[in-house]
Amino acid sequence: MIGIEHYVFVSSILFVLGVLGIFLNRKNVIVILMAIELILLAVNINLVAFSAFLGDLTGQIFAMFVLTVAAGEAAIGLAILVIYFRSRGTIAVDSVDHLKG
Amino acid sequence: MDFSASLALIVPEIVLSLSGLVLLLAAAWAGDKASSAISVLACVALGACFFLVAPAVCAGAAGPDTVAFYGQFRADAFAGFAKLLIYAASGAALVVAPAFFGRAGAMRAEYPVLVLFAALGMSIMVSAGDLVTLYIGLELNSLSAYVLAAFLRSDSRSAEAGLKYFVLGALASGILLFGMSLTYGFTGTTSFEGVAAALDGGLSTGALFGLVFVLAGLAFKISAVPFHMWTPDVYEGAPTPVTTFFASAPKVAAVALTARVALEAFGGHVDAWRQVVIFAALASIIFGAFGAIGQQNLKRLLAYSSINNVGFILIGLAAATPAGASAMLVYLAIYVAMTVGSFVAVLMLKTEDGEPLEGIPDLAGLSRTRPALAWCLMILMFSLAGIPPLFGFWGKFVVFQAAVEADLMALAVLGIAASVIGAYYYIKIVKVMFFDEPADTVRGNSDWAHWTLLAISTVFMSPLGYLAIGWLGALADGAAAALLLPV
Repeated sequence: MIGIEHYVFVSSILFVLGVLGIFLNRKNVIVILMAIELILLAVNINLVAFSAFLGDLTGQIFAMFVLTVAAGEAAIGLAILVIYFRSRGTIAVDSVDHLKG
Repeated sequence: MDFSASLALIVPEIVLSLSGLVLLLAAAWAGDKASSAISVLACVALGACFFLVAPAVCAGAAGPDTVAFYGQFRADAFAGFAKLLIYAASGAALVVAPAFFGRAGAMRAEYPVLVLFAALGMSIMVSAGDLVTLYIGLELNSLSAYVLAAFLRSDSRSAEAGLKYFVLGALASGILLFGMSLTYGFTGTTSFEGVAAALDGGLSTGALFGLVFVLAGLAFKISAVPFHMWTPDVYEGAPTPVTTFFASAPKVAAVALTARVALEAFGGHVDAWRQVVIFAALASIIFGAFGAIGQQNLKRLLAYSSINNVGFILIGLAAATPAGASAMLVYLAIYVAMTVGSFVAVLMLKTEDGEPLEGIPDLAGLSRTRPALAWCLMILMFSLAGIPPLFGFWGKFVVFQAAVEADLMALAVLGIAASVIGAYYYIKIVKVMFFDEPADTVRGNSDWAHWTLLAISTVFMSPLGYLAIGWLGALADGAAAALLLPV
């Protein structure tokens, strides 16, 4: 029988994978965008699982909001990435180091 | 509370969203040549909202009459106080922008629209009575802010600032959301009141994880150490009017939101989060002070200064009393005036053909070439350092007083000791301006809008500001009393 703890376990693994994807990735900014999506999907699994477990609809409504915002977030992230690529000619993570000190 | 009464409570938000949408259409239709007209209209909308919110703050609105949409939204005096600061700071960000962007031909009609939407998001944040409302407001603000950071498309530093802000901001939102999903799962509700009631019997491990994740996500947004690393880069890279905006309005919103979540939703378990807040406060004060030493860029230095100031504000939160919340609000009001004034002064440093200057060496001998600007900047710097006759001292005073009253004597002593470190770099700027040989690079003239804002903030920071103690304190006390603190 699959219980609530299994869902929380899977979503925690996805969340950690997403966070590690942001910090360990040294190659490409697109991969960071994918890692962010992974984090948001981990949250959605949590919300829907808890919603079903508690018999309360709020979690599913919250998940809808998260999905909507995630779409907007991805669009804005890609737009900023396009501007960045135009000015630098690369989207390698190592190139994002002109501002430091 | 019925639907129409709820609608009446969100009139400022309705005004902001409708004017934002209409101005967005106008911007798309009329193009960039209408940008100044759209800026003026956006300022009018913000001013109208300011006066719509003001009565509730003066009356100290609190209680069930301020709750809209079944607890989703709270239009009480606490939210109102923060909204007044947010609208004023957003208006300042609109006023200073045309002169800066106009030179590069980059004043686009979308700028005032984005500021309006960000202000709407912050307005919803500080009024949130529910985790869902909180998330929507926070994201509306953040998404507008990412675009604003990358607004100067011809400048690669601006694009990099936008990219960094986006990645780290999205990570912070993810952490916050994960915490909210755990909180929902272990309390069965998303409303702050419901969470507080559900945690009455004790804090389960799951809810504790939720609390820690939520606090970590919010610490990102207020740029408290150890989640501060994006601040200097974003503040330096973003166009200066946008930095003025980032350092003032979103900070007010995020701090007020943090206070509401910590004191209302998790107010029954102060011991669970107090150590975290005390650590973040002291670490922010100390890192902010040491990080600023050796900076050569004024915007970067002011970024560390804002990290430092957030530390002082968090001392008020650590007190976890109405007096502490009131002290936070007073500090925020003073901080907004100081930081807007300082960034306006940075905006006024430019060469003869209007190219902006940001380096500290450019300030050398400013007292001889530009005495008025140098004296204003001196007052603001001494005020940021918290030196007594100036008003910046009062903010630190009320915060430490609240900490002492809450039996956090050690925290207050350490905070005061660490504030001395911060004084070093503020005074260094004054030394460069008054005692170094003139570099004579600052030659450009500034328009009246900059001078007016600088004069207002300087007068407010001068000892004349103490005339405002009475009503500022009364308004902040009324606002703090509107918070529902579980005893």
